[in-house]
Amino acid sequence: MSIWEYANPKRFMDTTARLLPWLTVFAALCLSVGLVWGFFLTPDDYKQGSTVRIIYLHVPAAMMAINAWVMMLVASLIWLIRRHHVSALAARAAAPVGLTFTLIALITGALWGQPMWGTWWAWDPRLTSFLILFLFYLGYIALWQAIEDADAAADLTSVLCMVGSVFALLSRYAVNFWNQGLHQGASLSLDKEENVSDVFWQPLVICIAGFILLFVVLVLLRTRTEIRARRLQALLMRERMA
Amino acid sequence: MMPDLGKYAFPVLGSYAASIVLVAAVILLSLWRGARVRRALAEAEARAAKAPE
Repeated sequence: MSIWEYANPKRFMDTTARLLPWLTVFAALCLSVGLVWGFFLTPDDYKQGSTVRIIYLHVPAAMMAINAWVMMLVASLIWLIRRHHVSALAARAAAPVGLTFTLIALITGALWGQPMWGTWWAWDPRLTSFLILFLFYLGYIALWQAIEDADAAADLTSVLCMVGSVFALLSRYAVNFWNQGLHQGASLSLDKEENVSDVFWQPLVICIAGFILLFVVLVLLRTRTEIRARRLQALLMRERMA
Repeated sequence: MMPDLGKYAFPVLGSYAASIVLVAAVILLSLWRGARVRRALAEAEARAAKAPE
């Protein structure tokens, strides 16, 4: 069986109808366990005090903000190369979810930054590229809304997605390119020195799994809605022509 | 039992409150739009089934 079979809307709807309840349960379970463990059962950090608890929201949200854009990029490329409508609709469905995660990362980052850095905001490379990514999400959603012809909208948003990918990658690797920024390096690393302590790492990994699953659930749910909306549009068009 | 957040109670609780509100909003909006489109599609399909060929 080929992965391209899921480009068939009927096949996609049948498969996701079976998967969604399970994924929803796993997402809720991971988020509940990870956040309760992180918030109630982990100690304060020796440097950051109780603000370390923000890591369980900020890191997974920031990771997913970038990964959502990467997913949109892959779906957009599939649309441009193979013209599968489900992939274009999946990219459209993912944008508001990615936007939400970007906003969570920006807000939690500002709330953490004020007591730790002494400022809500700094024009640091990572923060700035993240803000630009946020604006790209807004522009991407607005472009989909602004163009009536669905295929033309998919084409143009795919191009915008490719341009925005520069900032998605920059927001991930800006810390490595420029050393003058305020933002520290990655919290999760294979380097034992750089990686967060095990006591924070374990609930953090569960929270990351929860955010990934939440993203998948929401994208599948919203893609199903977009497929139905496309069919509705076709039926309404047929009614008008009759 | 609530951990003692000390002088950082506002940023910590503010972060959790803002995140919960935003995640709840995107979930509710997705479900609301999904239900609205499903209902409209069912009505349009019913009309299409009744319409003469």
